[in-house]
Amino acid sequence: MSMLEILKQSSNPEICKPLVDAVIQKAVEFRQKFGRKPAFMEVCGSHTMALARTGVKQSLKDYVQLISGPGCPVCVTDQRSIDAMIALAEGDNRIICTFGDMMRVPGSNRTLLDSKIAGKDIRVLYSPVDAVKVAKDNPDKEVIFLGVGFETTIPILTLMVGEAEKLRLDNFSIWMTTKLVEPVLRYLLEAGEVQLDGFLLPGHVSIVLGEDAYQYLVTEYNISGVITGFEPAELLSGIYKLIDLAINGQASILNNHPAVVRKAGNQVIHQWLEKYLTECDEAWRGMGVIPRSGLDLKPEYDKYNAKKRFTVEVGEPKKTKCRCGEVIRGLISPNECPLFGKACHPMNPIGPCMVSAEGSCAAYYQYMRESF
Amino acid sequence: MCVGVPAKVIKKEEYSALVDVLGSQTTVGIIFVPEVEIGDYVIVHAGQAMSIVEEEYARQSVEEWKKLVNARNPETV
Amino acid sequence: METYISLAHGDGGELSHRLIRDIFVSAFGDKNAVMFDAAAITMATHKIAVTTDSFVIKPIFFPGGSIGKLAVAGTVNDLAVSGAKPAYLTCGFVIEEGFPISNLKKIVTDMANEAKKSGVTIVAGDTKVVERGSADGVYINTTGIGVYQPEIGCSLEFAEGDAVIVSGTIGDHGIAVLTARGELGITAPVNSDCASLNNMLEAILKDTSGIKIMRDPTRGGLATTLVEIAEDFQLTINIQETAIPVKAEVHGVCDLLGYDPLYLANEGKAIIIVSAKEKDKVVEILRKFPEGKDAAIIGSISSKEKGRLLLETPLGAKRLLTRLSGTMFPRIC
Repeated sequence: MSMLEILKQSSNPEICKPLVDAVIQKAVEFRQKFGRKPAFMEVCGSHTMALARTGVKQSLKDYVQLISGPGCPVCVTDQRSIDAMIALAEGDNRIICTFGDMMRVPGSNRTLLDSKIAGKDIRVLYSPVDAVKVAKDNPDKEVIFLGVGFETTIPILTLMVGEAEKLRLDNFSIWMTTKLVEPVLRYLLEAGEVQLDGFLLPGHVSIVLGEDAYQYLVTEYNISGVITGFEPAELLSGIYKLIDLAINGQASILNNHPAVVRKAGNQVIHQWLEKYLTECDEAWRGMGVIPRSGLDLKPEYDKYNAKKRFTVEVGEPKKTKCRCGEVIRGLISPNECPLFGKACHPMNPIGPCMVSAEGSCAAYYQYMRESF
Repeated sequence: MCVGVPAKVIKKEEYSALVDVLGSQTTVGIIFVPEVEIGDYVIVHAGQAMSIVEEEYARQSVEEWKKLVNARNPETV
Repeated sequence: METYISLAHGDGGELSHRLIRDIFVSAFGDKNAVMFDAAAITMATHKIAVTTDSFVIKPIFFPGGSIGKLAVAGTVNDLAVSGAKPAYLTCGFVIEEGFPISNLKKIVTDMANEAKKSGVTIVAGDTKVVERGSADGVYINTTGIGVYQPEIGCSLEFAEGDAVIVSGTIGDHGIAVLTARGELGITAPVNSDCASLNNMLEAILKDTSGIKIMRDPTRGGLATTLVEIAEDFQLTINIQETAIPVKAEVHGVCDLLGYDPLYLANEGKAIIIVSAKEKDKVVEILRKFPEGKDAAIIGSISSKEKGRLLLETPLGAKRLLTRLSGTMFPRIC
């Protein structure tokens, strides 16, 4: 088999369909032993989307409880930060560069898309490093990148700073509002609001962090985690291993994505992170400020720190009946929110979980509203 | 929390590489995977190669899935 | 002749006259259009189809077509999927001052060629020139007139088990145009599918019976058009993900950008719903045409109770598909 053929096996129905049956059989075994369904949380927005899009979640719904956790970077960003980023775009002589996901996120008054339509220069980039190029090409404008993301995306922000340094740019900065996985997992476990038999750990974040970075789950909380990829066979085998561990009453971290996740993560990336960034407190939607749960630029890079360069004034966030905060914590399923599918739907999102491509509500609305 | 796609490196420069994704091509940064070589598959996120896919492990995973399936269903191969 | 379009080309004077004579009339070959304020056309029928569409696209030349080819094929296809035989087109141009006349010639030539291929005559036209910056190059509106043919058409009488056919690979146009813009730094060896489908669709209408409906899934893609059919006629439509033809390269770009091919634009594809009995024959005929060589049966009508579109994933799970909501942005997280 060529490499491409090997990679394609991960979505081969001939492997995936029987894997569904294997997982179900294992889940039945769990239920016989414990009298309930096993419950796992995925803490990665791409998992949330992949589980729903491929039909893994639907196929297993009677046997395994899969709870979406705080894994969508846009969704976990608290409303005040969202409002601040939107307000930032109102300033004159600025170019705002962002990932596409941010464009339609509802602020208290408007979205970035509204501002763009009203004539503000807001650009969606696929490759964030292009923002540095935008700054170089527009020396008379301030170019600000909206730095939202978890560990997979954060290193790319440091690359941008490196590039801006190299080009000696004075008009480029990043509005940092990044999030880390470990502090939020600890928050959830400390809060103890959701009963879990294990975590489906994020395949791409783990590329950066490495397999060893999750040992605290076992040593401090006695809970399992399986690092998992995004294709159906990867998801199914990850869930299978979680059930197996739970049946044996064994807490352990397994790497089910060994082709890309190494034990110690990507060391080159670690060096970049250490050079430019330092831990900071971050406010999370529905959870408040979690100490040391984000990364910010070190003071010596203040020049590239948009929060140091610009002040924006935001009022109290508008109160809505949106329950995104509880959805993110895994306390309620999206359809338990009174707005879900009524006032709040993808064309008129009220909370970020309905708009982001990885949001739990968007995934639920798109893929899970009815069963067939 | 990210879109990540396996892409094959077909041309390598100092800090970037041309990659092929099922016949479409794009340039990605390779600063995070300096050891990458032409012919390697990499996971791309937001225009950067984040990890090199190790064929041996990818193969092992496929074998493992087949085993899981067969353990349940011994009559199929 | 001048190199660029100027405002004077739109003022109705000598330059306008020359532009019309040298570019439009010489390509479309209908002198009536310039001698009178309206074209006189004759049609031996009591029932005609009329449709109009405006074309704005960036870039105006893209792999597999141009705004000119698109302006003819798009309107021809709207007539053809309605079951009418396209006969006449009119065209209106809004051109930005400074637009290269050589490009205008290319566009007009593409229109003439596509009109010839699809057997329609361009009988009337109009040109306006706007100041630089007031438009982006060129916009074209075409109106099409088609003739319904007796005894041939779509019945709109749906039944459980009716097959859903798509005439070829989806998303080609969307990806060709997106990558041609060059903004994303992605190259894909994909041509737009932009093509007139009237000859192919006429063939299936003539040589088979039992065609229920035909639609062209343009903006919004295959999924959006199927949702519309499902809702308009209260049908539950089931499609199989693995049966839908998608080029590998299109998959590749979608993977990179987080797009879904089901929602990408097509400009040379038809969705055909036909009785189960005739489905294979329809596919066989479609495949004889170059535009239909990848035609495939992608699903069926499973019930006539609830208007909804369901997609069966490779795992066998089903999920609901909805319309495209808002513009697709490249996503990251």
